[in-house]
Amino acid sequence: MNPFSSGTRLRDMIRAIRACKTAAEERAVVRKECAAIRAAISENDQDYRHRNLAKLMFIHMLGYPTHFGQMECLKLIASADFPEKRIGYLGLMLLLDERQEVLMLVTNSLKQDLNHSNQFIVGLALCALGNICSAEMARDLAPEVERLLQSRDPNIKKKAALCSIRIIRKVPDLAENFMGPAAGLLKEKHHGVLIAGVQLCTDLCKASTEALQYLRKNCTDGSIRILRDVSNSPYAPEYDISGITDPFLHIRVLKLMRMLGQGDADASEYMNDILAQVATKTESNKNAGNAILYECVETIMGIEATSGLRVLAINILGRFLSNRDNNIRYVALNMLMKAFTVDPQAVQRHRSTILECVKDSDASIRKRALELVYLLVNETNVQPLTKELIDYLEVSEQEFKEDLTAKICSIIEKYSPDKLWYIDQMLKVLSEAGNYVKDDVWHALIVVVSNASDLQGYTVRSLYRALQSSPEQESLVRVAVWCIGEYGEMLVNNVGVLDGEEPITVTESDAVDVVEAALRHHSSDITTRAMSLISLLKLSSRFPPTTERIREIITHEKGSLLLELQQRSIEFHAIIQKHQNIKSSLLERMPVLDESTYVRKKVGSSDATFSADKTGQRVSAGTPVNIPNGVAKQQAAPLVDLLDLSSDDVPVASSSATDFLNDLLGVDLPSQSSSGVVSTGTTDLLMDLLSIGTSPVQNDLLAPDNHTSSVATSGKIPSVSSPPSVKGVALETKSPQAPGPSPVLDLLDGLSDMSFSDENPTFPSITAFQSNSLKITFTFTKQPGKPQVTQIKASFTNMSSNTYTDFLFQAAVPKFVQLHLDPASSNILSASGNGSITQTLSVTNTQHGQKALAMRIRIAYKVNNQDMLEQGQVNNFPQGL
Amino acid sequence: MGIRFVLLVNKQGQTRLAQYYEYLTLDERRALEGEIVRKCLARTEHQCSFVEHRNYKVVYRRYASLFFLVGVDNDENELAILEFIHLLVETMDRHFGNVCELDIMFHLEKAHFMLEEMVMNGCIVETNKQNILTPIQLMDKTS
Repeated sequence: MNPFSSGTRLRDMIRAIRACKTAAEERAVVRKECAAIRAAISENDQDYRHRNLAKLMFIHMLGYPTHFGQMECLKLIASADFPEKRIGYLGLMLLLDERQEVLMLVTNSLKQDLNHSNQFIVGLALCALGNICSAEMARDLAPEVERLLQSRDPNIKKKAALCSIRIIRKVPDLAENFMGPAAGLLKEKHHGVLIAGVQLCTDLCKASTEALQYLRKNCTDGSIRILRDVSNSPYAPEYDISGITDPFLHIRVLKLMRMLGQGDADASEYMNDILAQVATKTESNKNAGNAILYECVETIMGIEATSGLRVLAINILGRFLSNRDNNIRYVALNMLMKAFTVDPQAVQRHRSTILECVKDSDASIRKRALELVYLLVNETNVQPLTKELIDYLEVSEQEFKEDLTAKICSIIEKYSPDKLWYIDQMLKVLSEAGNYVKDDVWHALIVVVSNASDLQGYTVRSLYRALQSSPEQESLVRVAVWCIGEYGEMLVNNVGVLDGEEPITVTESDAVDVVEAALRHHSSDITTRAMSLISLLKLSSRFPPTTERIREIITHEKGSLLLELQQRSIEFHAIIQKHQNIKSSLLERMPVLDESTYVRKKVGSSDATFSADKTGQRVSAGTPVNIPNGVAKQQAAPLVDLLDLSSDDVPVASSSATDFLNDLLGVDLPSQSSSGVVSTGTTDLLMDLLSIGTSPVQNDLLAPDNHTSSVATSGKIPSVSSPPSVKGVALETKSPQAPGPSPVLDLLDGLSDMSFSDENPTFPSITAFQSNSLKITFTFTKQPGKPQVTQIKASFTNMSSNTYTDFLFQAAVPKFVQLHLDPASSNILSASGNGSITQTLSVTNTQHGQKALAMRIRIAYKVNNQDMLEQGQVNNFPQGL
Repeated sequence: MGIRFVLLVNKQGQTRLAQYYEYLTLDERRALEGEIVRKCLARTEHQCSFVEHRNYKVVYRRYASLFFLVGVDNDENELAILEFIHLLVETMDRHFGNVCELDIMFHLEKAHFMLEEMVMNGCIVETNKQNILTPIQLMDKTS
């Protein structure tokens, strides 16, 4: 006898695991057991199969891998003994991972058991099928399930109904086969069948509109009758839950009625009476009753109910909201969210109660309430609501502050009546919870301040004050440091004092003090410090007497271990030391940031965060950072602005940007309309001028640049076939539409790698791979509007005199590229170039325009049953893919 | 789908029973169990029984040292799920007689059978305790 098969009993194993004091001990016990079970499996041990599987289920529950037990489940399922079969099915459901081969193997057993004479075995098979069935199994076994829906045994019927739900979820086409039987189920008496039937109908309604219409016609009466019966039914001990008969059935029927009544006035009308009855008669002192009321309210809100019924529903919610039980209040808030779209006025009435819930001690309730308050805010109530929320922000728990701050900021941004109010509220939030404020929020604040020239003095003074009291709030510090750098003289000279503003006396050295403190503060991170450095540099120009002190502070930072800070301080030091003549022009105030661009970008597209980042970078890096081309850099910020602009508006703006760039570059050009080539060229030229491509800031410039080129060329040039190096002449012949590009292109002559990324160009085919035995060519197509996606048609030609069989082509791409391989046209490649295999690859370059495509390929095939392998790398993709 | 998983953990956060109605890998399960157990067990008794986690809700209920956690879709009736948990406990009580952690540990398969009779593919099948227990009692009798 095999030494393992005796093993330990299940009980003993559980005891041993329970006795483990540490996770390591537990792992050791489990490892030993698993080894024993594996051994038993490989011995094909019959006697303890049942017990081993039970052990495996326990081990699985503890979170250890048990995949090796899957085949044992199949063996147990095939057993004739009921307990073995039972545990086999349970194991199948618990241990199965989505490995198709195991599922395929089980299909046959399931089919047999579905046709078994024993009702319990049929029930087991249905249950398993309902839990694990795949689309393929659904197709295979749907007829059996349909037949079982007509069975006389209610236990089989209910399981068949739920099994059907799984089937139509996997294969929605099968829905129509189940419509008739499903409607029939609603006429049953057995609650199990009813609840399963109702759920099946609900799912059918979701699956197809056809089914929805059919069921609306045939089931509306049925569902109303079920609800009436169950709510009027006398005491039924087996279904009774705290005095109410089967609340689960109530709830499922109400859900179904919601599906049927939604958008259908007639069906809704039928339901009015019974819904009113349920809403008024149901006991509301027990949880079960409240569950029904809750569902009933949701149904009333969902269907085309009469206004009277809606009032009834809103009143129930009002009662819920004032309930002492937190569960009830939670669902009330949840429901009010949904009710808001139907009847906002009614929800507004509960505003004060909801606001109280924001301050609740329970995180779940707070979260719901906050979402709801956010919905409730409008132009008229924004001021008092914001005040309430900000007041609460002061006392709220730490972990709630992040959510709360995000919502408050969003409310302030969306509904602020004027800039002064906006700035005031933002400052309050920043000084209260500046560490929780997202970057784009304070970026937006800076944009607003930069545009509000009459409030800049007030803002910088308020920030100065706030900084005294909350120096540890990161984003407050950043905004303050930026504003002091920009508007330092307004702080000292009290420029633009508003009515009612307290006067404040700040000396020049006070201003330098606070920025220095921010630079030195232990909690300041690299961004804040970098911003402080810029601010100091700017102050040295605003307040000449402090220059010497600032130079010392900056000198001190030259030893910083952080490269960014070190570089900045060395550069800034050089500016102070050696470039006094250009310093004042270098450190002029930032040009006004374009609000509309910023807003559009923020609202705009998926790259919202990206653009926010850019703004941030620009704010912090707006002043010159790089000495070698410092002057050119000075223009960099506005240039980026312009390029950004052009990236938002398609060709027209791009041409204006071009003009501007041309002006800048001193190129005397006739004004051009939408000359995509030129704008690309110019930006490229610009890149060159700025010698882009090394430091992080410069990379930042690169991004919008690429963006521009892709958008700008969307217009007129249909067939520039992306030559690797473009000469003016070649271009002119190929794209006669482009109006007079030669003057600029002369300039461009000699610029070697320019890439053109047209929206819908044609690309030359390439020979991707060639050896003595095999040749692969790629042809490219792109769909208009999707520059990132390229369809590659690969065709393979056999250059040898032997036929290749089992031909398999594989490709690998870098991380930024997504690759999808379609099946090849064949796996046999006939000899000597007679015929070829084609295969389509779909490639998505997520960094289109920035990185070129590259691909490694591997080709495996058999010659005379001998395995052959060839590998290669494709680097000669046409540019712009 | 309705119910996504039913989980039973003890006060120490050890899983004692778990059924999932959507496929998750072992690592995902462990991570999920760790996260929600930590969230739910940290809550006090007078806080509400619902916790939002990722894109779904967890409804939980405590019985002595055992926590029953049920993950449900966002449009599921939370109050009804509370009742469902209670029904599950009553069913187990009827079978084991005042059920405790050890009953479930040592009769894990029975606990699974009961749950299987009650929930299938994330939908409630049967709420009648007698109907739920009949197949199990029959099996006990024959063996």
